[in-house]
Amino acid sequence: MSAAPDAAALRRRTEEFLAAHPPARTGRTAFLRARFDAGLAWVHFPEGLGGLGAPRTLQTEVDGVLGAAGAPDNDPRRIGIGLGMAAPTILAYGTEEQKQRFLRPLWTGEEVWCQLFSEPGAGSDLAALATRAVRDEDTGDWIVDGQKVWTSSAHLARWAILVARTDPALPKHQGITYFLCDMTDPGVEVRSLRQITGEAEFNEVFLTGVRIPDRHRLGAVGQGWEVARTTLMNERVSIGGMRLPREGGMIAPLAAVWRDRPALRTHALHQRLLELWVEAEVARLTGERLRQQLAAGRPGPEGSGMKLTFARLNQEISGLEVELLGEEGLLYDDWTMRRPELVDFTGRDAGYRYLRSKGNSIEGGTSEILLNIVAERVLGLPAEPRDDKDLPWKDLAR
Amino acid sequence: MTATPDLLYTAAEDDLRAAVRALLDTKAADHGATLARAEAGSPHDPALWHTLATGIGAAGLLVPEHLGGHGAGPREAAVVLEELGRSAAPLPYLTGPVTAATALLGCDTAQPAVAGLLRPLAAGSTLCVLAVPLTLGPGAPHPSAVTTVDGRLTGTVSAVADGAAADVLLVPADTGLYAVRTRDAAITPQTPLDLTRPLARITLDRTPGDLLAGPATARAALDRALTTGAGLLASEQLGLAEWCLAETVRHVRGRHQFNRPVGSFQALKHRLAQLWLEIAGARAAARNAADALATCAPDTALAVAVAQASCSTAAVHAAEECVQLHGGIGMTWEHPAHLYLKRAKADALAFGTPGHHRTRIAALADLPGPRA
Ligand SMILES: Cc1cc2nc3c(=O)[nH]c(=O)nc-3n(C[C@H](O)[C@H](O)[C@H](O)COP(=O)(O)OP(=O)(O)OC[C@H]3O[C@@H](n4cnc5c(N)ncnc54)[C@H](O)[C@@H]3O)c2cc1C
Repeated sequence: MSAAPDAAALRRRTEEFLAAHPPARTGRTAFLRARFDAGLAWVHFPEGLGGLGAPRTLQTEVDGVLGAAGAPDNDPRRIGIGLGMAAPTILAYGTEEQKQRFLRPLWTGEEVWCQLFSEPGAGSDLAALATRAVRDEDTGDWIVDGQKVWTSSAHLARWAILVARTDPALPKHQGITYFLCDMTDPGVEVRSLRQITGEAEFNEVFLTGVRIPDRHRLGAVGQGWEVARTTLMNERVSIGGMRLPREGGMIAPLAAVWRDRPALRTHALHQRLLELWVEAEVARLTGERLRQQLAAGRPGPEGSGMKLTFARLNQEISGLEVELLGEEGLLYDDWTMRRPELVDFTGRDAGYRYLRSKGNSIEGGTSEILLNIVAERVLGLPAEPRDDKDLPWKDLAR
Repeated sequence: MTATPDLLYTAAEDDLRAAVRALLDTKAADHGATLARAEAGSPHDPALWHTLATGIGAAGLLVPEHLGGHGAGPREAAVVLEELGRSAAPLPYLTGPVTAATALLGCDTAQPAVAGLLRPLAAGSTLCVLAVPLTLGPGAPHPSAVTTVDGRLTGTVSAVADGAAADVLLVPADTGLYAVRTRDAAITPQTPLDLTRPLARITLDRTPGDLLAGPATARAALDRALTTGAGLLASEQLGLAEWCLAETVRHVRGRHQFNRPVGSFQALKHRLAQLWLEIAGARAAARNAADALATCAPDTALAVAVAQASCSTAAVHAAEECVQLHGGIGMTWEHPAHLYLKRAKADALAFGTPGHHRTRIAALADLPGPRA
C-alpha cells in the first residue's frame, strides 16, 4: 500500500490519467471504467475499489481537473441512491467478492440501484417491516415475499438494497437481514405510483417468491438493522450536503421573478421575501460551516439539521413563489403522467416546486423523526418511554 | 464572487475564549450580585472590567499595536462577546472597545486628539462611548440631535448605552465628530429594560468638545462603527442564545412531572431541536459577519445585516423558550433567565431591529419593495 496522496499529487495523477485517456477519443463508459480503475472515482474509497484511501475532501481536486478537461461524469443525480446509500453500506459490510462485483458498475452508472426499505405498514418505524425472507434449506437461497412502497427509481433499477424479516419471533430490531436484490428476478413486480406532481418517481414493488442467493446477503443473518442504519445515516448526509452559491437553490427563481416583475410586488410579500432570503442565506452559511468542519477533521452535529432546514425552506420559498405569481400561480405547467429519471426543481414551474418540495420533509426520514433524532442524539434529551423494543415482532400492534 | 469566509474558530481564538470564560465563570456567575448592583444604579463591576479589559487585554483587540492595542481584530473581539453574552455580564465592552474604538480608528489617528483617546481606551484605563441612541443601526440617517455654535455643542441624546460609566463621549454633531468629557455634560441615568446594559440621557448645553473629524470623515467613521457594533453584537446574541439553550436542556432533563423528565415529552423535544437548528444558523451567520469585518470583505454590510436579522431573532427565541420551559421558576427575580430575556429583547433593538436590517438587505441584495 502506498501512502495516501495529497492535493498536488492527486491533481498530477488526474492529469496523467487524462493524458492516457483523452476524453475526446474515449467512449463514456470506457472512460468511467478506466477512471474507476485508476482510483479517481471516489478517492476516499480503498485502492482497488475506485479510490486511493485519500481524504474525502480531496475529491474536489480530481473533479476540478476532470471538469476543466471536459471529461464525462457519471451523472451522479441519476444514481444518487447507489452512490449515496448502497455504496457506503456495501463498503462497510460487504464481502470482498461483493465489493468487487457491485461497486464498479454502481459508480459508472451501468447499474442503477434503488432502496426497498419502506412498506405499507413500516415507514418511520422501519424496523417493524413485514417482508419475509425464508431460507430454502436445500439451496441455501432466501425466498422473499412481501410488498415495498414509495420506491424511487425501482423502474430504472438493476439492483436494490432490501431489508426483510428473517425471524418474526425475535424483537423487531433483531430479526432483520439485509440483502442485495436482483430487480430482474421474475418474482419482482414494479408498479408505478403516481404522486401529487402528476408524475411517478416512485413505485410499489411486489416481491413474490423472489430467490436471493445467500452470497447476496449483506452482513450477518439478523444484523440487518445495524446495516440499515449505515444506509440511513448516509442518506441524510447526502440529502443535506451540496454546496451552493449565495442565492443558489430554491430562492433563485423566487428572487428572479421578484426582480423581473415589479408589478407583482406588494409590501406584505416583500417582508416575507426578505425573511426567507435571510433564512436561505443563513442555511447556506450553515452548510458551508459544516463543510469547513469536515475538512478540518472536526465534523459537527449540524449535519443532522441541514435536511430539516432545507425541507422547510424549500416548502416556504416555493409556496411564496406561487403566491407572488398571482393569476399565473393558479396554473400548472403539466399534469402528464411521466416517469422522470431525476428530480428537476429548476426545469419546472413554481407549482411543481411547491408540490415536489412537500416530499422533502417525508423522504429520507420525516422532519418529525429527524427532530426526535436531534433532540436525543445532539441535545441528549431522554427518549420517550416505549414498549415496542423487547416484544417479539409477531406480537406487535399493526 | 468573494473569497470563502472562514467560519470556524482558530486555535488562538479558542485560547482567548478559554481565558475569558474562566474569568467570567468565577467572577460573573453570581447573578444575584449583578442584580444588586443594577438595582443600586451601577451594574458594572469595575474589578472584573479591569481584569478583562487590561489583564486579558480585551480592550485593545481592535486597536493596532502602534496605537497601544494588540492588533488582533473583529474575529477575536467576537469570541469575547460570545462569552459576555453567555454570562450576561454587564460590562461596557461592545460600546467602548468595539464601537467607540472603531469610530476613533475611522478618524485621522495621527491627530493627537484621536490617538490620545485610543491609547487609554485600548489599555482599558479610559472608557469612551458613542453618544448615539443604542437603537441606531448602520445605514440610518446621520444623527442630527447635536448642533454646534462657536465650537460648542448643544443637544440631547437618550438611550446612550454605558453613558454614565464613560469618561469620554464621542458626539456626532452637524460639523463633525467631537470628544466631550462626561464631567462637562449633564448625564441622567434612565431605567433600562435590560438591567445589564445601563442607559443614560445626555444633555449638552454649549458644552466644549475636541473636534476629532470633520463631517465627511465623521459620517464614514460612524457608519463603520455602527457596522462593526452590529456585526459583533451578533456574536453576543449567539453566546446568549447558547446559554439559554444549554440551561433549558439541563433543566428539562432533570425536572420530573408525570413520573418522567419533562424533557422526554416530544412537544418540548421538538421545540428545543428547532431552537438548536436556529442557533446553528446563528453561529454561521455571526462568524460570517465577524470574518467579513476582519477581512474588510466587499460584502461586509450585507453579511452584518444578515447576521443581525437572524441572530436577534434567535436570541429572543432562545430566551423566551428558556423562560417558558422553566415554568414558574423562570418567572422569578431569583432565577437568571429574566436577565437573559431582557438582554435578548434589548439586543434585538440595539444597532437596528431585524426589520431595519432586512430593509437594508432589500437595498444591498437588489430586492426592492413595491414602488410607492
Ligand atoms: C418522494 C419520496 C420518495 C421516497 N423514496 C423512497 C425510497 O426510494 N425507498 C424507500 O424505502 N422509501 C422511500 N420513501 C418513503 C419514506 O422513507 C417514508 O415515507 C417515510 O419514512 C415516512 O414513512 P410513512 O410514509 O410510512 O409515514 P408514517 O411513518 O406513517 O408517518 C405518518 C406521520 O406520522 C409522523 N410520525 C411517525 N412516527 C412518529 C414519531 N415517533 N414521532 C412523531 N411523529 C411521528 C410522521 O412524521 C408523519 O408525519 C420515499 C418517500 C417519498 C415521499
